[in-house]
Amino acid sequence: MQNSSWIPFFPEQASTFAWQVDLLYFYLIAVSVAFAIPIVAAIFFFIVKYREVEKFATPEEIHGSMVLETVWSIIPFIISMTIFIGGAIVYFNQYTMPNDAMEIYVVGKQWMWKAQHGTGQREINELHVPVGRKIKLTMTTEDVLHDFSIPAFRTKADVVPGRYTYLWFEATKPGRYHLYCAEYCGLNHSGMVGWINVMEQRDFDNWLAGNTSSQTPVEMGKDLFENKLGCASCHAGGANQRGAKLEGIFGKEVKFVGGGSTIVNDDYLRNSILNPASQVVEGFQPIMPTFKGQVTEEQLNALVAYIKSLTPNAATTTGAPAAPAPMGN
Amino acid sequence: MQTQDAISAGYGGDKPSYLTNGSTLKSWLLTKDHKRIAIMYLISVSVFFFMGGIYAAFIRLELLTPASDLLQTATYNKVFTQHGILMIFFFLIPAIPAILGNFLLPLMIGAKDLALPRINLLSLYIYWVGGILTLYALMQGGVDTGWTFYTPYSTTFSNSFVMAVGLGIFINGFSSILTGLNFIVTIHTMRAPGMTWFRLPLFVWAHYATSLVMILGTPVVAITVLLLAIERVTRVGIFDPAIGGDPILFQHLFWFYSHPAVYIMILPGMGVISEVISNFSRKKIFGYEFIAFSSIAIAVFGFLVWGHHMFVSGQSIYAGLVFSFLTMVVAVPSAIKVFNWTATMYKGSISYDTPMLYAIGFLGLFLVGGLTGLFLGSVGLTVHLTDTYFVVAHFHYVMVGGQVIAYLAGIHYWWPKMTGRMYSEFWGKISAMLVFVGFNLTFFPQFILGYQGMPRRYAAYPEELQVLNIFSTAGASVLGIGLMMPVVYLTHSLVAGKRAGDNPWMLPGLEWRTASPPPTENFEEMPVVTWEAYEFGEENGLDIESARKASGPSVPVQA
Repeated sequence: MQNSSWIPFFPEQASTFAWQVDLLYFYLIAVSVAFAIPIVAAIFFFIVKYREVEKFATPEEIHGSMVLETVWSIIPFIISMTIFIGGAIVYFNQYTMPNDAMEIYVVGKQWMWKAQHGTGQREINELHVPVGRKIKLTMTTEDVLHDFSIPAFRTKADVVPGRYTYLWFEATKPGRYHLYCAEYCGLNHSGMVGWINVMEQRDFDNWLAGNTSSQTPVEMGKDLFENKLGCASCHAGGANQRGAKLEGIFGKEVKFVGGGSTIVNDDYLRNSILNPASQVVEGFQPIMPTFKGQVTEEQLNALVAYIKSLTPNAATTTGAPAAPAPMGN
Repeated sequence: MQTQDAISAGYGGDKPSYLTNGSTLKSWLLTKDHKRIAIMYLISVSVFFFMGGIYAAFIRLELLTPASDLLQTATYNKVFTQHGILMIFFFLIPAIPAILGNFLLPLMIGAKDLALPRINLLSLYIYWVGGILTLYALMQGGVDTGWTFYTPYSTTFSNSFVMAVGLGIFINGFSSILTGLNFIVTIHTMRAPGMTWFRLPLFVWAHYATSLVMILGTPVVAITVLLLAIERVTRVGIFDPAIGGDPILFQHLFWFYSHPAVYIMILPGMGVISEVISNFSRKKIFGYEFIAFSSIAIAVFGFLVWGHHMFVSGQSIYAGLVFSFLTMVVAVPSAIKVFNWTATMYKGSISYDTPMLYAIGFLGLFLVGGLTGLFLGSVGLTVHLTDTYFVVAHFHYVMVGGQVIAYLAGIHYWWPKMTGRMYSEFWGKISAMLVFVGFNLTFFPQFILGYQGMPRRYAAYPEELQVLNIFSTAGASVLGIGLMMPVVYLTHSLVAGKRAGDNPWMLPGLEWRTASPPPTENFEEMPVVTWEAYEFGEENGLDIESARKASGPSVPVQA
């Protein structure tokens, strides 16, 4: 259980960010106390010392002091800048995705969290991860906004319909930690909770082995690609190839008809399946039909995983560093 | 009846006033008198405040236990949504400008009325129409989107009365715009001879800054609500990604108004506090120009920080950093105000009447609210804190601790001017203390709950968080009692209160140089201002000796 930390009323520190966020928190508490005590003391001193002794007395006029005003503008400014910089550093750590992380897909849905591991295991409202390894979550939702929040790891990110957002962490000690949905999502918002189970690597491997793994995302994507959705008829090469060749495309720059270009990443692949006409690669016709409404979020994840698998080492070139997701346009 | 001497000494009797100028319903409903309109706002805004308060009570009672047992989650979601909508749009935004601003701006600058009296009455009617429509929607079944109306939940998934409530808020927004417009025109054109910009009371400066935000920001929320309605009805794909829209666009539009709206709520409160601290210390406020300009600075910077509500929404790292930086910059003018208020008391002659007690309470609460704002402005920390009870605690400290306490300070301060009667100082002080203690007991534990990770808008929560929630609910009961008391003793004062006299606190402001309650035309003759704001002393025409001798009803017992 939680709440065994060294300060009561203080959540457990269980990720590599936790101490950084807590350090920032203590710094801010220190600043607040250092700021508040003199002010409160001054107020108390003044209200006692300068209380009215004669009704309607007219005290000495004091209009202000340029020196004082300047000093007490500059000092708060400098302090606020130290807070800004500290926060910025921690934020960069939290939202710059590592390249060597183990990837897990997460789909939010009113009102549950569905996770799928790279090896195919699926879980609902539980997420098992090994301790001491970087884990990267690629998240989306089937309906409304949600937010994947793990207080013990001091991190969270909104999950936004229609795009991918990312969250990463490295758990530092085994245990069972609260998972909340922190963005209001309707009727059972407060029931959209679960647990993060952090296990030793060996236990995690056992857990993986003990759970019958269904198709991995890559296998599922391959099946969709070749059989169920018929993507292969245009994209697999050979005489019928009318679409872009997908081998080795992940992480490469592609140019669009009508100008513009992008590095191929999860979001681009996702968008090309749902809105194929919006960013057509140079040299191709805008003839691909949209798959919007025909594929579920999980199938989309599988397709993206499969296309990534066509590029060796794709996992180490996971697109844009900006996060939780690039600014949408 | 009192003698002419007593009247000149500042303890006037029954002169014709705006209250005696007609007693029919028509004489009120068709009035163009800013004072009568203010009184009608006072009554209506109070009704909405107590309705919002009842919802708050249900929220706290539900959260007394970890399970969702008192209310079903569907009901709970509606209750916190309606609490937010009523409190923000129908209480916090209009309270000080529409009641105290309306009543006092013309009096403070020596004008007969606002520049556009018919527009003023229109804005009250618009407020009523928006309010009645919203109440109708709530009675019909309510709305469960949260007051933020985030899409695509509000456009596609919520089956509640989103359209009707949205329309109510849309209409209500015009009331705000018209009031802001009226204040700006009035401050520019209606000042009495000698009332230069730098002789204006700081209450007026604060309302000037607030009015700028009202007329520039409110149209944006109106457009946002309109787009939401269009999306719900026609499904054109503005915000819903399933049909090509962008849910994050809604958040940008919404917070572009709703962050500045926080300053619509807090700036007028700061204006009240500047008046009360200066006047009850009987000293010119320390650094008048800095306070005046910091109001304008807060209003301007307030438009640049909306993105700090969206640090975890998926906006880019770099946007997050810019918004964090700008948020830190806004902290500086707020800090300046706190320093100046404190310095104003230095070497003053401080009396502890009810308004001053509220004002000192305000300083404490605003200090906590402002400092915790730094926690939330610091991006790395906010990732952990946002959407938790830390945020709930913070904005209640700023908006309730700041605005509501300032509003109560203002109501008590100007009550003798508005009604011509004094209320019970004893009960006033008790209520000020209960509100302060109850407020802190309610909201301080929520900072800790938030750091523990308790998400906001949860009807049920893990059991280990119960103790702090019990503290919070207990505090809310004390706060509720503290807030009910003024209703009783202020109403009682209307029939049994002592006569206040024209200038019960012996202050130099123009509003204290006319009768209490003021006549319909405000001043018997056009005042000419020859003194600076907050200049005390006999040379400014204050007959202090006679006032002391008259030993009026407001003489404080301390000394």
